[in-house]
Amino acid sequence: MSEYTYPILFGVVVGTATRIYMLRTDYRQYPTYLHGKIIHVALGFIAAGLGTVAIPSILEEEFTAITFLTLAASQFRDVRNMERNTLNELDNYELVPRGKTYIEGIAIAFESRNYLVIFTSFLCTLGFLLFNILGGIIAAVIAIFISTKLMSGGRLGEIVEVEYFEPRFDGPGLYVDNIYIMNIGLPERQKEVLRYGMGFILKPKNFDARATIANLGQRQAILHDVSNALGVYRDSGTPALVPLAKRDLDDGRVGVFILPQENDIEKAKKIIEKVPTLENAIRMPKEREKKLEER
Amino acid sequence: MDIEKFILAAITTNPKKVPCGVAVFHCDDKEEMEKITTNLEAILDGIAHSLTDELYVIVKH
Repeated sequence: MSEYTYPILFGVVVGTATRIYMLRTDYRQYPTYLHGKIIHVALGFIAAGLGTVAIPSILEEEFTAITFLTLAASQFRDVRNMERNTLNELDNYELVPRGKTYIEGIAIAFESRNYLVIFTSFLCTLGFLLFNILGGIIAAVIAIFISTKLMSGGRLGEIVEVEYFEPRFDGPGLYVDNIYIMNIGLPERQKEVLRYGMGFILKPKNFDARATIANLGQRQAILHDVSNALGVYRDSGTPALVPLAKRDLDDGRVGVFILPQENDIEKAKKIIEKVPTLENAIRMPKEREKKLEER
Repeated sequence: MDIEKFILAAITTNPKKVPCGVAVFHCDDKEEMEKITTNLEAILDGIAHSLTDELYVIVKH
């Protein structure tokens, strides 16, 4: 056994543990099942290995060995492709699809989490070799803390206020508050819609939020998450029963119309507030003004 | 090929008001019109929209 055996083992174990920790499964996530998990834990293990051996190779002045990190980059870009392809395929068979923006967000998260694992293992081994195992453990705690911070994004509740409105019909037009949702012709369908439908108005808290919730991908993510959590009154062959989100052009509010199987207003509100703000949907038009003012 | 944003059929009680170039179902009264629309909606997998009280169209979205 060389002097590097324990530091390397330590780095790999902590790195893999971080990946498992970051692979928490909840209702909106993929993978939900064992095989999906195995893939990601295995890739996390490889990532941990790559991050760990970087330090000994620097200490041994084997600088060419560092180039294998470029290998890691291309390896994990494939993870993103794999996730994107799988989710896109599955999306065709969802009653309420996730939407491309949401899928891209999930795929990016999977890729970046592997880099967080590399970073964690790197720091752990560094801590172990520079000080002792205690240094390694402290480095691990710091790295896991940073990873947790980096991996959790914002929630919709931070940028919008959610308010319940009962959907109503004005002639054949379905409205949530004053926002037009769609035209439903048949009285029979209208009855169903009023019976199961729920309406919510998302009121943006600032100008940046207005642009973010205007994004179609973000709106689809809301519909998907709510339908996933509360069920959806819908089937193939009933295209009239479809959850929709439309925008008020005057003030940027978004009217969300959903058809949950469980009509619980408070629960639905909480779920909407917990919907992640998608990285790809976030807009910050005000940021430029702020920078100009600072100058 | 997927058809999108296309009027698949029109159902009416007033033959003067129907568009050209589309399958039209003439009905005697509102009740019959609603019955046919319900069936056609299910068959054609489109959404029944009401334009006026006398005219429904089925649209594929």
